[in-house]
Amino acid sequence: MLTMIGKRLMFAIPSLIGVVIVTFLLTRALPGDPAAYFAGPAASKEAIEQIRKKLGFDKPLIEQFFRYTNDLAHGDFGTSLTTGQPVATEIRNRLPASAELTLLGLIVSVTIAIPLGVLAATRPGSWIDHLCRVTTTAGVSLPVFFTGLVLVYLFYFRLGWSPAPLGRLDVFYSAPTHVTGFYLIDTLIARDLEAFRSALSQLILPAATLAIFSLAPIARMTRASMLAVLASDFVRTARASGLSPSTVIVTYAFRNAMLPVITTLSMVFSFLLGANVLVEKVFAWPGIGSYAVEALISSDFAPVQGFVLTMAVMYVLLNLFIDILYGVIDPRVRLEG
Amino acid sequence: MKRRDFLKSVSGLAAASALTPAPAIWSSAKAQARSETLLIVSESGPNNLDIHGVGTNVPGYEVSWNCYDRLISHEMKSGPGGVPYYDRDKFKPELAEDMKVGDMSVTFKLKKNAKFHDGAPVTAKDVKWSLDRAVSVGGFPTFQMGAGSLTKTEQFVIVDDNTVRIDFAKKDRLTLPDLAVIVPCVVNSELVKKNASEKDPWGLEYTKQQTAGSGAYKVTKWTAGTEVVMERNDEWAGGPLPKVKRVIWRMVPQAGNRRALLERGDADISYDLPNKDFVELKDSGKLNIVSVPYSNGVQYIGMNVKIAPFDNPKVREAVACAIPYQKIMDAVLFGLAKPMFGAAADKATEVAWPQPTKYVTDIAKAKALLAEAGHPNGFETTLSFDLGFAGVNEPLCVLVQESLAQIGIKTTINKIPGANWRTELNKKVLPLYTNVFSGWLDYPEYFFIWCYDGKNSIFNTMSYQSKAMDEYIAGAVDAAAIGNTAKYDTDVKGFVDLAFKDIPRIPLYQPYVNVAMQKNVSGYQYWFHRRLDYRALVKA
Repeated sequence: MLTMIGKRLMFAIPSLIGVVIVTFLLTRALPGDPAAYFAGPAASKEAIEQIRKKLGFDKPLIEQFFRYTNDLAHGDFGTSLTTGQPVATEIRNRLPASAELTLLGLIVSVTIAIPLGVLAATRPGSWIDHLCRVTTTAGVSLPVFFTGLVLVYLFYFRLGWSPAPLGRLDVFYSAPTHVTGFYLIDTLIARDLEAFRSALSQLILPAATLAIFSLAPIARMTRASMLAVLASDFVRTARASGLSPSTVIVTYAFRNAMLPVITTLSMVFSFLLGANVLVEKVFAWPGIGSYAVEALISSDFAPVQGFVLTMAVMYVLLNLFIDILYGVIDPRVRLEG
Repeated sequence: MKRRDFLKSVSGLAAASALTPAPAIWSSAKAQARSETLLIVSESGPNNLDIHGVGTNVPGYEVSWNCYDRLISHEMKSGPGGVPYYDRDKFKPELAEDMKVGDMSVTFKLKKNAKFHDGAPVTAKDVKWSLDRAVSVGGFPTFQMGAGSLTKTEQFVIVDDNTVRIDFAKKDRLTLPDLAVIVPCVVNSELVKKNASEKDPWGLEYTKQQTAGSGAYKVTKWTAGTEVVMERNDEWAGGPLPKVKRVIWRMVPQAGNRRALLERGDADISYDLPNKDFVELKDSGKLNIVSVPYSNGVQYIGMNVKIAPFDNPKVREAVACAIPYQKIMDAVLFGLAKPMFGAAADKATEVAWPQPTKYVTDIAKAKALLAEAGHPNGFETTLSFDLGFAGVNEPLCVLVQESLAQIGIKTTINKIPGANWRTELNKKVLPLYTNVFSGWLDYPEYFFIWCYDGKNSIFNTMSYQSKAMDEYIAGAVDAAAIGNTAKYDTDVKGFVDLAFKDIPRIPLYQPYVNVAMQKNVSGYQYWFHRRLDYRALVKA
C-alpha cells in the first residue's frame, strides 16, 4: 500500500514540473504590464522603468524563470503585489477559509443529494423522482452568484435572519487562535461558543449557495448509478431470495452504486474549491479563489502561479485519496488497476 | 466506512444544519465597542501601508494620510453644497508649530510634544530622513516630490533638534503645497533604520507591514484584501484628539452588498458605490449622502492628434459637436457630475480650471465640419476605454458611438482591461478614447503641465504639441512663482482658450466623489486625495 502511494506521488512529479513551466509562461504571456499598473496614476515613463527594475521584470525571461524555480525550491512562492504579502503565507491563511466553506457546502449537498438520488431511483416516475429532477435542474441552472445574491437579499436584507455578509466572522469578534484554520473547529478548541456561533451563522448562506449548485451532479449520479445497479442480476437474485427491500437497497445496491458517486464527489469538490470565486466575492469571503482572480486582473504573477501550483498539488492528493477510498468501498478495485 | 455509520452521521449532520442560529445578540461590551468603532466598507484595500513603498495603491494612501503626519496641512473651508473642503491656499501646522517662509527657503519649528507611536520624540533628524527617503526611493513618491521642485536631499537641512529648513531649488509656487500632500510624511527614522537592511536601506519592507509614524491613528491589524483595523493614538499632537476610537475597514467586493450593509445600518460609511445606487440612496433619505466634484479632475474624450484623421482640427471640432453631452449626464451619471460643456456663447474665459467649454451637441454643425475637413462620408476608427471603470465608461462609450454614427463616424468599441490600460496609454496609439485625469495640486498650470505640455507626459494622451501652448504654460508657471498676477491670468486664459480651440481632448464633466454614511456619522471632509480623513469624523 505504502509503496503504491509512493509510486503514485512519483508519477505526479513530472506533471507538477509541467504545471510550473506552463503557469510561468502563461502569466508572462498575459497582456498588461505590472510595472505600469503598480507605478500608480501619476507615474512617468521613468517611474515605470524604476518599478520594473525593482520587480526584476527587466531581466531576460530565462533568468526570471530560474530565479522563480530557485525560490520555489526554497519554499518561497514570491510576493503578491496587490496585497503586498508573501504568497505562501496568503495561501496558507486563505486555503482553510475556502476549504471550510467548500467542505460544509459539500456535506450539506451530499446530505440532501444522496438520499434524494436513492429515493428517486427506487421510485422512478414518482413525485420524488420529479422533485429530484426539478431541484437538480434548478440548482444547476441558477448561477452561483445569483443564488448567493438572492439568499443575501432575502435572509440578510429583507428578513434580517442572517448576519451581514462580511466574511468569516462578525466584525467585532476576533479570530480564534490558529490550530486548523477551520474556524468552526478552532473556536471550539478555544471554547469560545459565541465566536463559534458567529462563525457558523456566517457560513450558512455561502455554504447553502454552494450546496444548491453542487446538488445536481451528485443527485443525478446517485440516481443513475442506483438505477443501473437495481437492474443488475445480483439485485434480482437478492430480491428473489426474499430479502427485505431495505436490505436489498441499502446493503447490496447502495454500496455498489457508491463508486461513481465518489468519483463525482471528488470532481465536484476540487471544482468547487477553485470555482467558488463568485461565492467568495458575494460574501466577502477571504478564500483563495477570489485571491487568484484579483491577482489575475492586476497582472500579479506570483499569486496566480502559487494558486495554480497549490491546486495542482491538491488535485494529485485528492485523486490519490479517492483511489484509496475506492479500495475501501469495493475490495475488487486495486490501486494498480 | 461502514454504510450504517455513514448514514447515521449523515442524518446527524442534517439535523445539525437544520438548526439555523439567529444572528448573535450583542453583549453590552460588544455594543459599547460598536458605538466607538467606525465600520467602513469599500471595494478594495491597501497593498502597502507606506506611501513610499513600491507600487502602493490608492487605498494605501488613506492609511498613510491617517497614520502619518506631515509638517503642514490645509485649513478647511466651506465647499460645494456646504461640505467642508480643504482650502488650497491656507496652510495649518501639523507637526510643525511654526512656519517661516523666506525668499529661497522655508523654516519649520517642530512641536516639542510630538511623539511617534512608540513614544520616541519627533525630531528634525526624522523629518530630514523622511524627506530624503521620499526624494530617493524612486517611483511615484519621488516624482510627486519633484512636482514641487523638491528633488535633492541637500534641500533638507537640520538647523537644530527641533528646526528644519527646506531650501528651494528654484522659485516654484507648488513647493509649499507639495509639502502638504500625502507623500512628505514623517517616519520614525530610528525605528525603521533598525529594521532596514543593506538591500533595503530605507526600510520599505518594514513600513509596508506596519505604520511607524506619529499620526492620529495606528494600524493594529491588517489582513490584506480583508480588513484593516486602526486604533486612535491618544497622544496625537498634530491636532485635536479625533472622536472615533477605532476604525475597522472591511473590503466588500460586491457593490450590492455594500449598499445592503449601509441600508441595514451595519456599515457606517461606503464611498465607492455605483452612481445609480447613490442616487437611489439619496432619494430614500435614510442615509447621509455627500457628493463633491473632484478637484482639478475632468473626464474627457481624447483624440490622438498624431493619427489621421484626428490630426485635422476640423475633425476634432466635428467630434466635439457630436458628443451627446446631456445624455451622458442623465443616463450614465444620473446627474452626479458637474457638466464641463455648454457654457454661454458670450461667457468670458475664467482664470480657473476645470471650466466648461462652449460645445453643445449639434449634429448638423458636426456634419458640416466633417464635410469641410474632407470626410463628408465619415470614417472608421476605434473608441477605447478602461474596463477597470466600466461602470461609467461602457455606457458612456456606447452613447458616444451611437452619436458619432449619426455623422458617419463608425466606431468599434475597444475594451481594455485595467491592468493593461496604462500600458496602452503610454504607447500613445489609441486614436479615440475616454479617460479621466485629476491632479492633487489644484492649480490650472499643474493640470496643463501633465496633460497638454509638449514634454508629452503619460497624461498628454493626445500627443498634443504646440509651441504656443508650451509658452503659455511656462509663462503661467514663472508668473505664479514671482506673484505676477496680471501675466499669470493672461497666460492661464491663453492656454485654456487654446486647449478649447485646438480641442485635442473634449472635456465632458467633472466627476463627483460620492460618500454614503449613516445619519449618525458626521464630519466628512473633502481632501484633494479624495480619501477619508478619519480624524474629523464623528459617530454619535
